[in-house]
Formats: sequence, C-alpha cells, structure tokens
Amino acid sequence: MTRAVKKLDLDPVTVRKARSLARKAGRPIVNIAKQHTTVSVERAVLRLAGLAGADTEGIPWVNRLADTVRADVGLEHGLALPVWDALVRGEAEDLSVLAQKAATGSVTFRLPEGRDAVRARAAARKAAAAGLRKVDGRRRERDRMIKKHGDPDQRPWIYLIVATGDIYEDIPQAQAAARAGADIIAVIRSTGQSLLDYVPEGATREGFAGTYATQENFRLMRAALDESSRELGRYIRLTNYASGLCMPEIATLAGLQRLDMMLNDSMYGILFRDINPIRTFVDQRFSRQIHARAGIIINTGEDNYLTTADAVEAAHTVTVSQLLNEYFAKEAGLEDWQLGLGHAFEITPEIPDSFRLELAHAMLARQLFPDAPLKWMPPTRHMTGDVFRGYLLDGFFNLAGAMTGQGILLVGMMTEAVVTPWISDRDLALQNVRYVLGAAGNLHEDFHPAPDGFIANRARQVLAESIDLLDRIVDDGLLNAIGDGTFGLMKRPQDAGRGLDGVARRSPVYYNPAIELLEEAQ
Amino acid sequence: MSIIRPYGDTTGDGMVQMSFTLPVPHDKRAEGAAIQLANKMGMDPALVVHAKPMGPDFTFFVVYGPVNHLVDTSKVEVIERDYPLLSPKDANLAIRKGLRRRLTVVGACIGTDAHTVGIDAIMNIKGFAGEKGLEYYRELKVVNLGAQVAVPELVRRARAEKADAILVSQVVTQREAHVLNTKEMSAAFREAYSEDTRPVLVAGGPRFTEAMAGELGVDRVFGRGTTPGEVASYLVDALVTRRKHTPSRRTA
Repeated sequence: MTRAVKKLDLDPVTVRKARSLARKAGRPIVNIAKQHTTVSVERAVLRLAGLAGADTEGIPWVNRLADTVRADVGLEHGLALPVWDALVRGEAEDLSVLAQKAATGSVTFRLPEGRDAVRARAAARKAAAAGLRKVDGRRRERDRMIKKHGDPDQRPWIYLIVATGDIYEDIPQAQAAARAGADIIAVIRSTGQSLLDYVPEGATREGFAGTYATQENFRLMRAALDESSRELGRYIRLTNYASGLCMPEIATLAGLQRLDMMLNDSMYGILFRDINPIRTFVDQRFSRQIHARAGIIINTGEDNYLTTADAVEAAHTVTVSQLLNEYFAKEAGLEDWQLGLGHAFEITPEIPDSFRLELAHAMLARQLFPDAPLKWMPPTRHMTGDVFRGYLLDGFFNLAGAMTGQGILLVGMMTEAVVTPWISDRDLALQNVRYVLGAAGNLHEDFHPAPDGFIANRARQVLAESIDLLDRIVDDGLLNAIGDGTFGLMKRPQDAGRGLDGVARRSPVYYNPAIELLEEAQ
Repeated sequence: MSIIRPYGDTTGDGMVQMSFTLPVPHDKRAEGAAIQLANKMGMDPALVVHAKPMGPDFTFFVVYGPVNHLVDTSKVEVIERDYPLLSPKDANLAIRKGLRRRLTVVGACIGTDAHTVGIDAIMNIKGFAGEKGLEYYRELKVVNLGAQVAVPELVRRARAEKADAILVSQVVTQREAHVLNTKEMSAAFREAYSEDTRPVLVAGGPRFTEAMAGELGVDRVFGRGTTPGEVASYLVDALVTRRKHTPSRRTA
C-alpha cells in the first residue's frame, strides 16, 4: 500500500478529538447492539453450524427452523439453547432433520434450564466452533493463494463490477475483466435482495440489475476466480454485499466461501433502504465480527451520501461517517487493513476549483486513516449521458485517486446512468485507468500541497465541520441524528423501518455461541 | 428549411461518427464487416478510423463517414409544452389564489428501485440544474417517501395525506421494470379512487418518453433533464388553472 506521508498539516489534537467524539457517539449504539438480537443474527448461527438448503418452496431451512423456535419460545433467549436442547434430547440426529421436523410441527421447542441448559450450551458451542474452524480454514487458504499468486503490482487495486443477473453469464465476464486488468470483481446484487428476509438458495440465473447473493453463487464465482488467479499469476479478489435484512447470514456465507471483500456500511441500510436502525446496528456488529475473523476487507458506503446531498456542503458528513464506521469496525475486531472506508468524486464539475476540492477531501481521508485501504468511488451524479465528457471526468477521478494514494479504485464507466456497462465501456474504462496510473501513478511522491494553500485549508475546514457535527451528534444521540436527517438528508426514526419485527431485546439467559467464541478470540 | 443532413464541418456533408463492437477477432475481415455494417446503416463511404481487439473474441470500432439519409424536420413529432412556465413566486401565488390551501404532492421511487436521484432532484429543496426543488415552494406540501415504496403503501399514504398529485420516479429499468411498475401504480390509483377524485399521476425517469403517458395510465410523463420548475408549473396548470371551475371535487 502507498504509505501516506503526512502532507496535510492536520493538528494531531484535533484528529484525536474527532476520534474520541466518534467513540462517544458510537458507544451507546454498541451497547444497544449488545442488548438485542435479531432473526438474522440467530439464523447466521444456524448457518455457521452447517444448516443449509431450502424446502420445496425455496424457503431456507434456517428460516423454517428459526420461525418455529421463535413461535415456541420467542427470540429473546437466542435460538441456540432451544435448538441444541432439542438435539441433545434426541429429537433429531442433526440440524437438517430437526429443521424438517420443525417445519412439519412434529417437534416442540423449550427453553432448557439447569443441567439441560448446560448441555445445550456445550453442544451449541461445539457446533459453532466447528463452523468457525471452516472460516479459519478459508482464511488460511486465501493467505496461501496470495503467497503463491501474489497481490496486484500497483495501488490502487482496480475494482470492477459485473452484474448480469445470471451467475453463468457473470463468470465469463468476471474472468474477462480480470484478464483485462481488474484486481477485484464485485458481483452486484439483484435490486431488492436487501429487503428479502431470507437468503435465496442455489445457483441463480434471474435477477434485476444484479445477481442474487447465494452460497452457491459465491462458491461458483470464487472457484472461477481461483482459476483466473492461477492463469494470471495474481490473486483476484471477490466482493459481494453484506447489507440489507440478511447481513449477518451473508457475512457468514462469505466467510465460509472465502469472499475477500464485503460491502458493509454502518448506516447505509437505515438511510437508503429504510431498514430499522436497531436491526441494522445489531446485524452489523455481528457481521463485522465475522468479517474480522474471516480476514475479509469491508467496504463502507459513504459515497452514497454524496449522491443525495451536495458533495461540497456534505463533505464533512462523509468524514463523520468514516470515523463512525472506523469505531464500529474496530469495536467488532476489524483491523486497519480491513477498513475499505468509502468516499467519492461527486463534486459538481462546473463549480470553480472542483478538482482541487476533490483532492482536498481525498487527502483528508487518506491522512485521517493512513493504514486503511480507502475505497475511491467514481462520479455518478454528474454523468449526464454525454459519454465524452464522462470519459474525461473519469480520467480526472483516476488522477485524483493516483495523486492521493487511494487503496481501492472502483472503475468509473462513461455510460453510467445510460446503460449497464457494455463490453466496450469496460475496456475503455480500464484503458483510462491504465493510462492514468501508468502516466501519473507515482505522482503522489511529488505532490505536496502548499501548507497554507487552498487544498490544505479546505481539508482543515472539512475536519473542523466534522468535529462540529460530531459534537452535535454526541449531544443529541446518534439515533436521533439519523432520525433528523443528518446523513444523506434521509430521516429515519428508530421505531420505524423494515425488519423491526425481527428484533428482540436479549433476556438474561440469552446465549449465542458464535458471539461468545468471536469475542473470546478478540 | 425542413430537409437537413448531419453537419461535420460543411453544410450538407452528412458526417456521422459511431462506435460499436462486433463479436469477432480483430483482423482484416473484421474491419470489412464493420464497413459492411456502416454501409447498411446508410454510411457510404465508411471510414474505420479505429479498430481494437478486446480479448480474443471481440473487436471495438470507431467509424466515420457521411450518411445518405435526409431528415425532414417538418415531420418530427414531439409533445410541446402545453402549460405556461411559472417562477416559484408565480406558482405559489396561483395556488394561493386558485386553491386557497396548500397543494399536496406525494413522491416515491416505487417497486424495488432504490435510486432516488430523480425524485430527489425534483422534490428536495436542493433541486436540480440550478432550480430549487418542490420543497422550496411555500404553497406546496411535499411528502417524499423515498426509495422502494410498495404501491399499496403509496396509495395508503396518498389517502392519508390527501394528495393532490403523485410523483413516481423510476431509474433502474432492466427488463422494462419501469413500465410494469408504473402501470401497476396507475392501476392501483384508478381502483382506489373515482376518476374525479383521483390525484394527478406523474411518472418520471430517464427511460420514459413523454408520449408514453397513455400506455402507462398516468396524466403526465417527464423524461431526462426535467427541472423542478417544469413539474411545479405543470401541477399548477393541471390542478389549479384547469380545474378552477370544479372546486368541489375534493371531498375524499
């Protein structure tokens, strides 16, 4: 990674203050997360313990089992105690048979007490530990493959999206993109998957503007990119989305199938999908604990704020969100190298000095998070359909990425907002990236903005505005700030939104073997 | 003059540029195939100025040349704006005088579409193309429901808010989803309301054309590049100016 030399003269006291405010704003949320559980967190435990597959209607067995147990004993104690109690009692020989019996109503669940509870806990812990061993094995496998095939030669790593809706079409496109220079392939999900309260099963060939995230699709694509890694002599990373109502389950499947990066923002689902804030924060903490264990790099979604709010006026909301995402991520056990904090090139091109402002914002992020592989996102808002102008804008976006030492560069398409990318769009976009990185990839070595110049002053201004906003959030409470429309101009109250009925306050006997094991290791 | 041809650098030269990909390896035959395609599109002579292999199986072309087609501008059909453009001040005044209450607009991205750029550009105070959005109009009550709103929810909220107009935006448009979603929306409103109490239905998005209103079952369609001022002016025209003589229509 391009190690950020300190180029902006930021006051270290101010930077420390920003972090400490983010911690203050985030801590009450973590406490709320620790006091609640969700249906998806509980289903993730079942998936970790090996329950897979779906019934003839396509409803996953984890959903069938979770729904039955919840109806019998409630969600607040967690599913582990009643489920493994049933197994210890000999109601079924394994989880899969138990789920089938549960679906037909031939088994009744109870909350075990005393010695029964101790036995159920031990059995649940053993099953979850076996799942985590699989995740650990996947992580070692990745380390081995990176050692063998190597990382990309250059930074930023080049990140390209495929999205056909059909996994069998995605595979050759992804392999072609890797051959053309992509280091990271993201399979964008079908529109609307984030609102499904279950993870679809099997290989899928039908999706809207994207391909469903399923365990089998993950497996197929990872196997194809392993083939590409061998062919190209560099490890090709695979990205998907741990977001929406099934975030914890998808994170778990990603760990089991060796995905390398996952989109996982602390507030995106709340703001842009109207998912209940508590549901999101609980799901997110578990997801991040899994990602930490699996060695997965998370990508946060700050770029999205700038698609709804003005990129200059709202620049500080990006910084605030990055600081919050960092706090939540570290609290969940993620390390700096796993924090693909997001930001984007979305300033109105017509305003004077727009490129200098972009550089100021990008350098601020670089310097605030020197060890994080920042994810630099291309312009979308100001791509007008004039593909020629868009190609130039993408060139400047690439240049800003090179000059400020970004870690991950999402390749911009000149046909953004016109069509889903054609093969020629991708080829031209990669040419653009190659030219800029080839011609100016090391420009960051020479580029030192004047200490009191426009760029340095703008960066300090954004940091100061971030601290003001964090101060207000700490006073008001983060949940209230979200309810008031502080981020992305969306107002999301904590007692509304999708998925609220899948949240329960933990009882005193709540038990979750996965969280226990993950936190012990931390 | 109603007969015209494309303009390169001389009147009447008919010059056009285009680019496309053919699913063949790059060789002389591929370039010939590109010329053949251009010829069939009316470009003659066609000049392949750039041909580049993209992987082993595809070739990308840029082609220049004159087209032999003529365009008759007198035969072009467009929907001309049939309402006056009002400034926010004039729009507010017209509503205050004509309606004697605020005009309620409910907006949403319907179906699975999560792309709120369109509806936000029109409704948020921030606006679009230098014009302030509908929230800026004092006499408009704006309710933006945001992304991924189900049609029944939209109808429910429209009733609760006593909406005068519904704005829906559709950006993600694979497999004609924008058309299907909008038809579902207009059908639901026609079912839930009688025709004279129904809110004005407006659909917008980059994949719509203005002539689609009938097909979609909505009162008006706005395409790419629409500004908030145009939408506000239309709403005033449809709900105030044209309905001035039926003030009792709102009983629901």
